[in-house]
Amino acid sequence: MSSAIRPRGGSRQVGRIAAVSVAAALVLTACGSDDDGGSDGGGTGGGESALDLPDLSGETLEVAGVWTGAEQSNFMAAIADFEDQTGATVNFVPTGDNLATFIGQKIDGGSAPDVALVAQVGVVHEFAERGWLAPVGDLAQEQLAANYDQGWQDLGAYDGEQYGVYVKAANKSLVWYNTTSFTNAGVEAPTTWDEFVSTAGVLSDSGVDPVSVGGADGWTLTDWFENIYLSQAGPQMYDQLADHEIPWTDQSVTDALTTLGELFGEERLLAGGSAGALRTDFPTSVTQTFADLDAPAAAMVYEGDFVASVISDSTDAVVGEDALVFPFPAVGDDSPVVSGGDVAVALSPDTGEATEAQQALMAFLASTDAARTWAGQGGFLSPNKSLELDAYPDDVQREIAEALISAGDDFRFDMSDLAPAAFGGTTGQGMWQALQDFLRDPEDIEGVQEYLESQAAAAYGD
Amino acid sequence: MAKDSGVLRGRPWVVACFLLPALLLLGALVVYPIVFSLYRSMFDASGDGFVGFDNYQSLFTDPAIRKALQNNLIWLAVAPAVATGLGLIFAVLTERIRWATAFKLLIFMPMAISMLAAGIIFRLVYEADPDRGVANAVVTSVHDSFSEGAPWPGAHPRPDDGLTEQPDGSIVRDEAVSTGDSVLLPLVRVAPQDVADAEPARAAEPVADAVTGTVWLDFSQGGGGEPGVIDDGEKALAGVTVEAWVDGRSVASAQTAEDGTFSLPAEADGAELRLAASNFAASYNGVDWLGPTLVTPAIIGSYVWMWAGFAMVLIAAGLAGVPREILEAARVDGANEWQVFRRVTVPLLAPVLGVVMVTLMINVLKVFDLVLIIAPGSVQPDANVLALQLYTVSFGAGADQGLGSAIAIFLLLLVIPVMIVNVRRLRKEAQR
Repeated sequence: MSSAIRPRGGSRQVGRIAAVSVAAALVLTACGSDDDGGSDGGGTGGGESALDLPDLSGETLEVAGVWTGAEQSNFMAAIADFEDQTGATVNFVPTGDNLATFIGQKIDGGSAPDVALVAQVGVVHEFAERGWLAPVGDLAQEQLAANYDQGWQDLGAYDGEQYGVYVKAANKSLVWYNTTSFTNAGVEAPTTWDEFVSTAGVLSDSGVDPVSVGGADGWTLTDWFENIYLSQAGPQMYDQLADHEIPWTDQSVTDALTTLGELFGEERLLAGGSAGALRTDFPTSVTQTFADLDAPAAAMVYEGDFVASVISDSTDAVVGEDALVFPFPAVGDDSPVVSGGDVAVALSPDTGEATEAQQALMAFLASTDAARTWAGQGGFLSPNKSLELDAYPDDVQREIAEALISAGDDFRFDMSDLAPAAFGGTTGQGMWQALQDFLRDPEDIEGVQEYLESQAAAAYGD
Repeated sequence: MAKDSGVLRGRPWVVACFLLPALLLLGALVVYPIVFSLYRSMFDASGDGFVGFDNYQSLFTDPAIRKALQNNLIWLAVAPAVATGLGLIFAVLTERIRWATAFKLLIFMPMAISMLAAGIIFRLVYEADPDRGVANAVVTSVHDSFSEGAPWPGAHPRPDDGLTEQPDGSIVRDEAVSTGDSVLLPLVRVAPQDVADAEPARAAEPVADAVTGTVWLDFSQGGGGEPGVIDDGEKALAGVTVEAWVDGRSVASAQTAEDGTFSLPAEADGAELRLAASNFAASYNGVDWLGPTLVTPAIIGSYVWMWAGFAMVLIAAGLAGVPREILEAARVDGANEWQVFRRVTVPLLAPVLGVVMVTLMINVLKVFDLVLIIAPGSVQPDANVLALQLYTVSFGAGADQGLGSAIAIFLLLLVIPVMIVNVRRLRKEAQR
C-alpha cells in the first residue's frame, strides 16, 4: 500500500535477522537501574544549537536505512542543515527490508556505509559484537548527555560503550478513534482499562464495531499484549519477561492475557469478530476505522504514532479533527508507554574508530537542531527531550510526543523487538503465532502460555 | 549413436575444448550449488558448528515443516491433475470451434503474467469483502437472490434486559405475555446511519383483548437515555416480525409498524414473544476463501488459472498430430463422441498428457510466490509449502541456512523421481 507503512513492516523484517538476546538483557537491566541520568540536560531547553561542526568540504557520507518515500525525504530535509554547515555531501542508501543482510554484504564487499539507521536493538548488538561499530565520539556524547534521557542513551549502548544515537522514536501506546463514532455514542476517551471496555460496550450498543484489530499481522497483537503487561505487571516484571528471566507460564502473563481476553473474548467488541480481526492486516485495520467517516466499520484502532500517516495517506480523514488519539488505558496504576525507534550507528568495520565526518554526523543527529527540522516535516517523533513541543506541526503530534517524553525512564522498548527475532518477529512462530492463536481462542490461556514458553525456551537458547 | 564419427577421434583436446564451456557453466551454476547446499545442510545456523544429519531430522519433527510437506503433497496430487484435465477439455473442445485461436489465446493469456502479479490479482479476487473480492461478490449475489435480506441485520438485545438471544439467533422475551399488556422490546447495535430515516418510537397503547408492544432502538444518539425506556428521539424498528409461541409453535404473528408498535390478537395470551432470527440475520458475507481451511484450495485455484492454458496449448499440439482417419474409423464403427474421446483420443494423447503432468508436477513442487502473496500472514502457516518454508527459514528470522539447505536438498530428492520418469520418457521417444 502506501510508503508510509513500509518502513514499519520493513523494520520488522530486519528484526528477523538473528537478534542477540543476551545483549538485550544487558541494556534492559541498564534501563531499569538508572534514574539519575535524566536530569543532566534538563535545563538546556530548546537552545542546544551550540554544536560546533568541523569543516568537511569535499567529504561524502553514506547513510543506509530501510526508509523510502516521505520518511526518507523528511530525513534528508533534516540532513540538509548538516550539509550546509559542514560542506559535506550526504547520500541516502535504501537497504530494502533486510537491513542487517544488506549491511553485512556491503561490509563483506569492503564498502560499508558510514552510518546505518537500525530499528532493532538486537541488530545493533549483533553489529557491535562483530566489531563493525565505532563509538559515537565526544561531540555526540555531549549532545546525548544534554538532550537524551538515560533510558534512550542506554538503548544505544552495548557493553558499556555508546554506539548509537536514537534519532527517531515511536510511541506504541496510543488508541486512535473516530470522532463521529464517539459523538454518536456520546462517550469520552477512557483512561483506564475498565473504562475502555465499558466504552467499547457502549460503542457496540450504538451500532458500530468498537475496536479494530489488525490480527493478520502478528506484531499488532504483541503490541497489545506488551502494553497491558507493562501497565499491569510493571516495568521490572516487563524487563524480566523480556529477558526470559521469568517464564511465560508466570501468573503475571496469565493475568495480562486474562485482561486482554476481556476484549478479545467478546465477539461484539471486535470489528468483524475474532475471525474478522484475524483477516485484517494493519493498514486495513486503520483504513476501516477512518475510511468511511459517516458509517465507519470500527470506532477505535490501537497502534503507534505511525497510524497518523496511514490515516492521512489512505483515507480522507483529517488527523486532529476526524481522528483523535488517547493514551493506552491504564490497566494497573499508570498508562504504559511502549516505544520503538531507529538508532543511528557509525560503521567502521576496519578500524573500529569513527572518522571526523562520522563523528560530526552522529553529533548532528543527536542535536536539537536536527530534531527540530525533522519534527517540522511531520510524521516524526523525537526522543530528544530538549526539543520544544512547538516544533511539532500539530496538536496530535504534540500530545503523542509529550506522552513519550513525560514517561521519562519509565518507558519500555517494544518487547518483541528486544526478543530474538525467531520469538518476537516471525510469522507463524513465537509471540506472533501465540497471540494469533489467542485471538482465535481466547479461552485457552494456558495453552497459549505453554506454547509461548516452549518457543521462548528454544529462541533464547535456554 | 554416433559411434564412428571419426572427425574428433584421436583428438581428445578438441573434445575437451568443445566440452569445457558447457562443463564449466554446468559445474559453476548447477553442480557446485548442489554440492555446497549438501555441505551447508550439515552445519548449524551460524555455519560454524557441524551438526551432521540433525537438520534432516528436524525436517520430520518440526510441525511447521511437516505442515508444509503435507500441503506440498496436496498440491502435487491436485494441481497438475486439475490443470491437465482442464487443458485437455479446452483443447478437445476448441478443436471444433471457429474462434479456436482467439479462445486459446485467452486461456493462455495468464501464462504471460508473472506469478507475483497473478498472486496479487488473486489476493484481490479472494478478498473477504464482497464489495472488493470478485469471488465473494459472485457468491453473495447468488445467495442473496435466493434469500431476502433481514430488515435490521446485526441488531441484538442488551444483555440482562429482559430479552435473551437464542443460539439460533432469534430473540425471546424472558417473561410470557398476557392480553392487555403493552410490552417493550428494546434492541441495540443498529448503526446510526441505518435508522436515520426511521420514525421516532412510540409506546403502544394497551388494548384489552390484544397484546401490544414496541420494538425500537434503545440507544439515543449522542448517548444518554435510559436502558429499557423509550426516550425522546429513540428510533422505531419497523418491519420486524413478532411471533407469539405457545408450546413450541407459533400461534400468531404481527409486523411492527413505522412507529415500532405491533398488536397481536387474543390468541397470544400467555404466549412467549419471539423475534425470529430472520429479522436480524447479518447480511451474508460470502466464503472465507483465505481462512485456514480453504486457503490451499483457493491458491491451487489461482495456480490452475495460470497453468491450464499451458496444458491446453501442449495438448492441442499433440491433438493436431493425432491421425484423423483413426477417429473417423471409430466413428464409422459406430462409436459416439464420448467413446471416441475416451477410447481413442485420450490413449493417443497419453504421451503428451504424461509430459504435461510431469512438467506441472515439477513446477508444483517449487510453488512459492503464489503462496507467499495470496495467504495473509495469519494463515500463512496453514498454507505453507516447502519452498516457502525454505525461504522463511533461510532468510527470515533466525536465518538458519543450514536447515534451509536441508529443505532444499529434500526438495531436490522429491523432484528426482519425477525427473527420472521424464528422462526415461524422453529417451524412449528418441529411440522411436
